[in-house]
Amino acid sequence: MTPTPSPLASVTQHFLLLSILAIGGVNAVTPEIHRQVVEVSGWMSDREFAELFAVAQATPGPNMLIATLVGWRVAGLMGAAVATLAMVGPSSVIVYSVTRVWDRFRDRPWRAIVAAGMAPVVVGLIGSSGYLLAKGAAADWRGVALTAASAILLWRTRLNPLWMLAGAAALALAGIV
Amino acid sequence: MSQTSAASSAPPRPTELELFLAFLGASLRGFGGVFVMGRRMLVEETRWLTPDEFVEILGVCQFLPGANIVNVSVAVGQRFRGWTGSLAALAGMIVAPAALSVALAALYLHYASIPMVAHAMNATASAASGLIIGAALKMAEPILRKDWVLALPVALATLLAAGFLHWPLIVVLLVMAPAGAAIAWTRRAR
Repeated sequence: MTPTPSPLASVTQHFLLLSILAIGGVNAVTPEIHRQVVEVSGWMSDREFAELFAVAQATPGPNMLIATLVGWRVAGLMGAAVATLAMVGPSSVIVYSVTRVWDRFRDRPWRAIVAAGMAPVVVGLIGSSGYLLAKGAAADWRGVALTAASAILLWRTRLNPLWMLAGAAALALAGIV
Repeated sequence: MSQTSAASSAPPRPTELELFLAFLGASLRGFGGVFVMGRRMLVEETRWLTPDEFVEILGVCQFLPGANIVNVSVAVGQRFRGWTGSLAALAGMIVAPAALSVALAALYLHYASIPMVAHAMNATASAASGLIIGAALKMAEPILRKDWVLALPVALATLLAAGFLHWPLIVVLLVMAPAGAAIAWTRRAR
């Protein structure tokens, strides 16, 4: 008889591994979380996962909250805490170590060249993630209009971004968009 | 470590408590992701980072695993206060939203099936994606002004590869970062 690991232990192990693999952020490994949670382990149905994902998106905070909520669903509050720590722990240790080394090379000429070459790549990546999210969210031209309006307002004004989000929700509830 | 090369005023050096509170504030205002609010907090509100420094830290963080803005909190904490700063900034970034998400999950699951709530959430998601595009435009301006011959083709090629051709991120980074660095190398010391 092989002992079955507890759900808490499996979920911890799963997120510890994903933390190291999540290059490009948690959105990049969301399909893998879905596979593990729904198809491999059967911890929840497809629909439950989609609902948790929507809640994670709607909660203010970083995009890793899906890990917190999967932990919560599988193993309660302890599961939520442990899954959160497992998801941010290993990657944070890596970031800490790498940025320390990066800061040590502050005055080297090659660092300025690498940074200059990297900057437009960063901008292109942020732009593409905005584009992909907009494509997923927009049901029709009104969604596109909301995206364009909030992009222009953020770009050209110093308006607090919360106004754009609240405005979109208000327009939707009023039946205008 | 010499700090004299900074701007005319004294360089910022937030305490652990200030780091914790600032990242807490940004994360709790970060609907649809903390990237936009995090940049606003670091560059516009506290001015702990210049726009260039923010892009540079984000660039390093893009290469590493983890949510970008969570990584930025660790990197910024490290820069100002070492490992205690990283822990403070990281705690500010994740603890409250994690607790809040569990509380909201318990509530929302009852209401998410109401069409009006779903519709409002969808409209908010459209606006949130616009904010990310707006932030990208804001970040692009100073970079293009500095050297558009380098920045414009590299940024557009990255956008094409990641947004339209759906290259895996690791491939985009491994192709575009060396390409950008190579172009920057040929244009150095002009």
